[in-house]
This record gives sequence, C-alpha cells and structure tokens, in this order.
Amino acid sequence: MGNEPAHTVTRYDQELDRLRGLVARMGGLVERQTAQAIAAVVDQDEDAALEPPELDVEVDALEREAESLAIRILALRAPMAVDLRVIIAVLKITGDFERIGDYAASIARRALKVEPLDGALSFGALRNMARLVQENLHSAIEAMVNNDSECAMQVWNSDTAIDELYTAMFRELVTYMMEDPRKISPCIHLLFVAKNLERIGDHATNIAERVYYAVTGEMLPALRPRGGAAKKPAEAG
Amino acid sequence: MKAHVVSQSGARLPRSDFQAMRRRLTDKLATCMSWLAMLIVVSVLGSILWTLLKNGLPGLTLTLFTHSMGAPGAGGGLANAIVGSLLQTGLSILLGAPAGLLTGIFLAEYGAESKLARSVRFVSDMLLSAPSILIGLFIYMLLVEPFGHFSGFAGAAALAVMAMPIIVRTTEDMLRLVPVSMREAGIALGAPRWRVILFICVRAARGGIMTGVLLAIARVTGETAPLLFTSLGNSEWSLDMRRPMASLPVAIYQYAGSAYQDWMQQAWTGALVVTLGVLIINIVVRVGIRGGRT
Amino acid sequence: MQGKPLADAETDAAAAALSDRPIAIQVNNLDFYYGKTHALHGITLGFPERSVTGMIGPSGCGKSTLLRVLNRMYDLYPGQRATGEVLFAGQNILGNGLDMNALRSRVGMVFQKPTPFPMSIYDNIAFGIRLHERVSRSEMDGRVEDALRRVALWTEVKDRLQASATALSGGQQQRLCIARTIAVRPEVILLDEPTSALDPVSTARIEELLDELKTEFTIAIVTHNMQQAARCADQVAFFYLGELVEVDSTARMFTAPRESRTQDYITGRFG
Repeated sequence: MGNEPAHTVTRYDQELDRLRGLVARMGGLVERQTAQAIAAVVDQDEDAALEPPELDVEVDALEREAESLAIRILALRAPMAVDLRVIIAVLKITGDFERIGDYAASIARRALKVEPLDGALSFGALRNMARLVQENLHSAIEAMVNNDSECAMQVWNSDTAIDELYTAMFRELVTYMMEDPRKISPCIHLLFVAKNLERIGDHATNIAERVYYAVTGEMLPALRPRGGAAKKPAEAG
Repeated sequence: MKAHVVSQSGARLPRSDFQAMRRRLTDKLATCMSWLAMLIVVSVLGSILWTLLKNGLPGLTLTLFTHSMGAPGAGGGLANAIVGSLLQTGLSILLGAPAGLLTGIFLAEYGAESKLARSVRFVSDMLLSAPSILIGLFIYMLLVEPFGHFSGFAGAAALAVMAMPIIVRTTEDMLRLVPVSMREAGIALGAPRWRVILFICVRAARGGIMTGVLLAIARVTGETAPLLFTSLGNSEWSLDMRRPMASLPVAIYQYAGSAYQDWMQQAWTGALVVTLGVLIINIVVRVGIRGGRT
Repeated sequence: MQGKPLADAETDAAAAALSDRPIAIQVNNLDFYYGKTHALHGITLGFPERSVTGMIGPSGCGKSTLLRVLNRMYDLYPGQRATGEVLFAGQNILGNGLDMNALRSRVGMVFQKPTPFPMSIYDNIAFGIRLHERVSRSEMDGRVEDALRRVALWTEVKDRLQASATALSGGQQQRLCIARTIAVRPEVILLDEPTSALDPVSTARIEELLDELKTEFTIAIVTHNMQQAARCADQVAFFYLGELVEVDSTARMFTAPRESRTQDYITGRFG
C-alpha cells in the first residue's frame, strides 16, 4: 500500500492518495465525535454534547465523496490485487465510520438525560468501557493509516473485553431497575449509551478486519475467538 | 515591455516571410524539374511509338500474318518469323519457368541465408544483368557447335537462360512477402513443410509469381542478340525446331539492314508488332497486379 | 498446495478443483536459448486438463517462447534450443525422433494475427483434416460444418463456403483459424495473443468461445491484456525476465498475489 513503488500512471496514484486522505479525515472526525460524546456522558459536559450531531453532517458528506471517488476508480482504472483490496476496504470502512458517527451522535443526544444517580450506579464500568472503545477505535484508525496488520489483529482480538464489560453492565442495570422502578428511565438511557458504545466497538473491529484483508489479502475467520487470549487466525484456520 | 515585444516580433516578421517565400520557391522549382524529367521520358516513349506507328502501320496487312518471308519485291510476309518467335518464346518459358520457380522456392524457403543459397542468388543476379549476346554465345558453344547446325531448340534454350533469373528473382521476392505467421500456421496444423510451401505459400504468392513469368515473356520476346548465334533465322516456313528457325527480332534485324524498300517497310511493321505484343503483356501484368492485391 | 491460507472459500474451492485436475502438459525445469540468449530459466509449470491457463508478463518475458516450445514451433528456426522436460501424453516432447506433425496435430496453435490460408473458407478447414485423415466427401462436409458451428461462424458463412477466406472480417478470420485448429481434433490449444488485433466485440466473442472450448480442450493463452487473463483463465502464470515468478488460481492471482513482482505488474506499478 503506502510502501509499494509508484504506479506507471501518476494520476492513478494521486486518486488513490486522495481516497486514502478522505477516509483518514473521516477517521479523525469520527474519533472526535466519539470522544466528545463520551465526555458529554461521563463529565456531563453540555458543550461537548452539542458537537457530535453537528459533525455528523460533515462525516456523511465525506462518506459520499469517498464512495463516488472509489466507484470512479473502480470503473476507470480496473484496479487489481492490493489496489482492489484497498478500494473495497475503503468502501466498507467509510460505511463503518458513518455508523460510528451516528452512534456517537445518539450517545451525545442522550448524555444529559443520564442522571448521575447516587454513587452505586457509578460510571466506573461505563468509564472503563468508554476507554476501551476509544482505544480500539484509535488503534483501528492507526492500523488503517499505517497499513499495520499486526495492530489490526490486536484490535480484532481485544473487542472481547468490551463485550464482556457490556454484559456485566447490562446485568447490573437490570438489577437496579428491578430494585427501584423510579430508576428505570435513567437506567434505560444509560443502557442505550452502553449499547451504542458496544456497537462502536464492533465497527472498530470491522475496520480492523478490512484493514487486515487490504494489507495481507487474507480474510479473518467469520467467527471471532471468544474470551481469553485469542489465537492467531492463521493458526486457527 | 510591451512595445519591446511588439517591435521584436515586428522585426522578425519580414524574415519569416522571406523564409516562407524561399520555401515556396524551392517547392515550385522541384516540382517543375520533376515534371520536366517526366516529360522527357514520356516524350521519348511517345516518339518511339509515334515513329513506329507512322512507319509501321502502312505495312500492317493480312499478308504479313499469312505469308512467309520472301525475296525483295516478291510480296512476302512475316508469318514464319511470328510463329517462330511464338514457338521459341513458348518453349523457353516452358523450360525456364519451372527451373526458375523451383530455384526461387529453394532460395526463399529452404536455402534462406546458407552459403549455397547466397551463391545461387549471386549467380542468378549476375545472369540477370549479363549481356544477352554472351548468353547467345554460351548456347552456341553448348548446343550449336556440337550438333553442327543452328536450331530452334538452341534459340529457345538461350531465351530460357534469359528468362530464368527474372523468374527466380520475382518468385523469391514474392514468397518472402508471404508473412511468417502464414507458414507457422500451416506448420502448427501439423502440415509437412513441402505442403505448406506448395499449398499455402506459393498459393499466397501466385499473383506475384505469375507477374514474374509474364515479365520474363515480355523481356524475352524482344531479344535479338541471343538468337543470332542460336536459331540464326530462316526465310522458309518451318516448324521443325531442330533446324534453324525464324524469329521476329532477327527478321527485323535482317530487313532493317537491307537496301530494299519493301523489306524495310516490313521491318518497321514487325517492330510495331513486337512492341504491341510486349505492351499488351505489360498491361496484362499491371491489371493482374492490381487484381491480385485486393 | 500454497502453504498460505487462501482468500475465501470460493477461491479456495476453485483452486482445489484445479489442483485435482490431471495435468495435460507438465513442463519441468525448462531452459530455452535463442542462440546465446538464455530466454527461459528453469520453468516448471503444469497445464491442468480441460482448463484455461493464462500466461502474462511484460514483453520479452518469455511467455510466447514457452508457448512455442509446447508444439515445438521453435524447431523451424536453427539456433533455438530447449533443455529440460516437457511431458505430454507420457512422453518427453523435447526428445529426438518425435513425429513433429503428429505432435502438432495434437497440440494446435492460434496466432496473434489471423492467418487465413489463401483458399476458400471450406478448404481452410479441410486443409488440416486432410493432413491427418482420409475422410469421405460427405464426412468432410460434416466436419467442416461442425468446426464452423463450434466457433459460431456457421450461420455467418454457410452460404459462401467457397468464397475466399481473406474476404472475412478480422474477427471472423480469427474464429476461422480457431475452427481450423479444432477441426484437427487436438487435445491442447495454444493461443498467442489471439485477440490483440481485434475489436472489443470480436474479442468478447473469442473469450466466450474459450469458455465453451475448455470443456473439451486444454487451453494455454498468452495475453498482454490482464483483464482478459482475469476473464478467461482458471489459473494464471506470471513471467518476468524469462522466469516463472508465480502461478496460482486466477482469483487468487488478481486479488492477493504472493510475490511483490506479480503485484507490481498487475497493479500497473512497473517503471
């Protein structure tokens, strides 16, 4: 990808560079959306809550631009091998980014409705989960920008932790709601926030899968290893 | 700034104008000269044809084709000479064409750049430009001297030697024009080489090869020198090729050098007949080439 | 067979099906020389039966040379020689004393430029058949019609079988050449850039034809057009500077080749 020799046709290289630039920008925007949405919830920051829905417009516009450029390259350059894989990956990654943007906006809209209930219903678990999701998203974007299949593989393997945290939070919140029906509304909002974060984590994993395929030409197995230190797919498959 | 640019280009303008004029003049001059050269060549040919027609046409009567040569004032024709020419030319092509064709095929297909092929090609090219009187003498040594008398066969043999190199050259050239891929396509089907050459290459080149044969005929019909020492000429009607035989060029040569008015007239007419014959063959070749190309 | 896992199940299955096929021609350690020029270096490559093997690579990489070894076309030219082994029908065809015409009747070849013979359409097809078999007039008619039908040329020429083949269009001429080749009933058909002189519609027809012919013949096609190799071939071999760099199933080759030289070539990164 980045480290290959240049194409004989310079314009082709320019177009591919532009495409990579577009997704990188999308990645940056989406990362910021996610960070602001999490800040809005965890720190109850009203200003931060406003930002993700606003940025969403820009993310959508970038997605359309990247998509039409990718289609144009497919039609006019008949890309092969690594070029083909990169373009297909870009097409799918922009979709993932767009979804992540939507989830972030949704979290931000809910942020102020999540009342900081008494300490028992602490944000501890949520904080942990948010940190992991942000880390994974960041690593996935890094892997994409640097064509780093190792890094992509790590992201792919560490999503399990997020899933486990979510399951734990779910059980905890259900218990709270059964104990005190007055807490149902804030708890549901919190549950949705957690669910959205979990979904963002899933999309980060998808991105890692696409990057892995684009870089190596191999698809990761459809089923992710569950729990514990995951094996490498090459050995598993 | 601007004024400077204008003045510069203004100064340049006349010069480029002058150059353009010079180029136009050179062009005109070259065109005129090639026209002139062309006119000279055409007028030479035209005047030959004109002189021939003017002097030959009056003698172009039926008698010319029905009567053999006779004594001055006896009202003879050129029938024996015309038939003699046809016979000798025909036989020479019958002898020369197969030999020439096979040699041409050898050079193009089998010999290619081998030592043998190169020497054969060299000899053939030498023969092409050899003085025709030499060829006549050579056949004289070979076919007249040993037998003790001139003969139509010897004349035909001399003409065949003249025709052969022409046919060799055109055959080889035409076969070489057949694309390599055509040969490979034949070989790729599992055809033996001789079949590819005979049924594909020669067939593809047949138009050109025919042209070569016709050109050889045209060349040979007008030859006098090789016949002087071989078939000699004969004023009697004779179809026996073992004996001396009349031919148009030789008859013309004899008549033109005589002091008799009617012989000289017949020489002119004979020359006209030969020229028209060669002209017709050439036209056939031209039309044939055009037809073969499409 | 490749050590590395393949891209996906379908590609995997295609590659497996290909490697299960018996091999029609097996080239082992082949070296080829044009005089002193060493044109092919230690080529080892199998052509699976009844499938299309595409050969790609930049000009002068040796792909056409390899093709011309398979029917010993190089024999026509003194100074060209091959060492190594080419196994076809249990025999090393590089050996001496081989009936070359019989070999070529079993390994047919179609060239870059259409090469109709200077004879009628009918005779173009009959020429090859007559070389190897004695058939009756009526059987010959049937064979000619069959060959022309196979290349979808019959309806276009059936009313002018005795017309000169050179009057056909380029695409028709090339299909005639293919018909001429299959009329001899070979086992292998070698195609040397068969569509490079044709327009896109004629090209598509020939490609469609290959798809049908491969149910019966083993096909090897040299092409400069990578898209064509991608469209027609079951396996693709990439040659560079007289070496076989990589050979793999077509899907694998064009999505995830293993060698960086292959990747650079097929993505258009050659300087």
